[in-house]
Amino acid sequence: MKKKVSVLSLVFMLVMSVMLVACGGKEADKPADANAPASGGTEKSSVAAAKERGKLIVGVKYDTNLFGKKDPADGQVKGFDIDIAKAIAKKIMGDDTKIELKEVTSKTRIPMLKNGDIDAIIATMTITEERKQEVDFSDVYFEAGQSLLVPKDSSITGIQDLNGKTVIAVKGSTSAKQIREKAPEAKVAEYENYAEAFTALKSKKGDTLTTDNSILLGMQKEDSSFKLVGGLFTDEPYGIAIRKGDAEMLKAVNETLSELKSSGEYDKIYENWFGEKPQKK
Amino acid sequence: MLQNILDIWSKYNGEYVSGLITTLQISVISLIASLLLGTVIAIFCISPFRMLVIIGRAYVEFIRNTPLLIQIFFFYFGLSSLDIQLSSFVAGTLGLTVYTAAFIAEAIRAGINSIPKGQMEAARASGLTYIQAMRYVVLPQAFKIVIPPLGNQFINLVKNSSLLGVIAGMDLMYHADIISTNTFKTFETYILVGVFYLTITVPLSILVNWLERRLKRA
Repeated sequence: MKKKVSVLSLVFMLVMSVMLVACGGKEADKPADANAPASGGTEKSSVAAAKERGKLIVGVKYDTNLFGKKDPADGQVKGFDIDIAKAIAKKIMGDDTKIELKEVTSKTRIPMLKNGDIDAIIATMTITEERKQEVDFSDVYFEAGQSLLVPKDSSITGIQDLNGKTVIAVKGSTSAKQIREKAPEAKVAEYENYAEAFTALKSKKGDTLTTDNSILLGMQKEDSSFKLVGGLFTDEPYGIAIRKGDAEMLKAVNETLSELKSSGEYDKIYENWFGEKPQKK
Repeated sequence: MLQNILDIWSKYNGEYVSGLITTLQISVISLIASLLLGTVIAIFCISPFRMLVIIGRAYVEFIRNTPLLIQIFFFYFGLSSLDIQLSSFVAGTLGLTVYTAAFIAEAIRAGINSIPKGQMEAARASGLTYIQAMRYVVLPQAFKIVIPPLGNQFINLVKNSSLLGVIAGMDLMYHADIISTNTFKTFETYILVGVFYLTITVPLSILVNWLERRLKRA
């Protein structure tokens, strides 16, 4: 009799857990539906929301040298993306200090934007068709391309040498997907963020690290025992991502970008971080 | 919602299954190794030799009070700075084993302490050595008592193995991270991965309950 009871209680627990999963599903669907009209523009846009709370919240990288990197000396996040974010804050809020930076990774940025944790993503984010299904993109604000970072004594000279090698990448990045297509014989190991991926390369957990040349350059600046090889084998146009249908924010961002470019401010920011003027198309 | 989960499953079932297999391998190896290591540490802790007691206590306190993630990082990244290269599989399995062993040692120590002293004394008095008395008299009784807390540790072990996802461990969590970033269906991907963990932990819990009942009868 006692045995029966405990078997029954186990079955009951299983059923309960399945039901919990099912309930969780329904609840999670609700907020998504409730958000739909808001992002459709019939309710407050994120520009109005940012003005009301008194600051613009932007998701940026904290671990990517030259784009968004937390300086351990003063705790400030600095980089090209940060300067662009400040320019947008100046445009929308009228003051470039009315901004809150939140750390995102390639993995967390789209969910965070959709949740409403951040108003915009300025985080070395490549514009892709797949991502366009989830978010809206501004005009291109940076032209990058995928490349390979290897130790100076490595025999790898390009993607043709990657057969059987381990390629380090970052979860959720376009480079991870593209290297699988361009070098199908390579093993790909994906890490949480660029700091960890670079640590993995330094610890010889893989033969090469792949991502956009702009990010690799930042790593190479930190540790000159590595070099970039293989040229640029993809086009990676970076865009600023905002919630789908948020037309007011999109307009403000695009206006800021074109003003920055026409005033020459963009070139100045670019030169400040990359040490050269942007190549004109 | 359900449709999304089914879509993810039909597109990525290979990744889920290979992740499940890796998670299972890591869990089974760590489970056996941590049970052995934990038993040895527990015996150290209650042995009459002062030196062994100190070693055992130091191990338990040091390991139990540091985060598992740091231990895994130590085996994976830390050792490589000493030119000891461990794969993510080996580093993760080692980290899980070392970590879980500390908790298992505590559970077993509590079990052994709950066996009346007279048992050991009687066994020694009838001519068994300390190790024989442990092996044939005390431990078999203690194991019966510690089955439920050990079961908890094993279930924790399986769930903790998800930390391997951060060192490219190719386990369930690693694949789930990648699938969720490819599909942008975060919630659905992780719900599915939760179900996969249940397929390991629920049978494990049933097994522990069954063992407990069986040993109680014997």
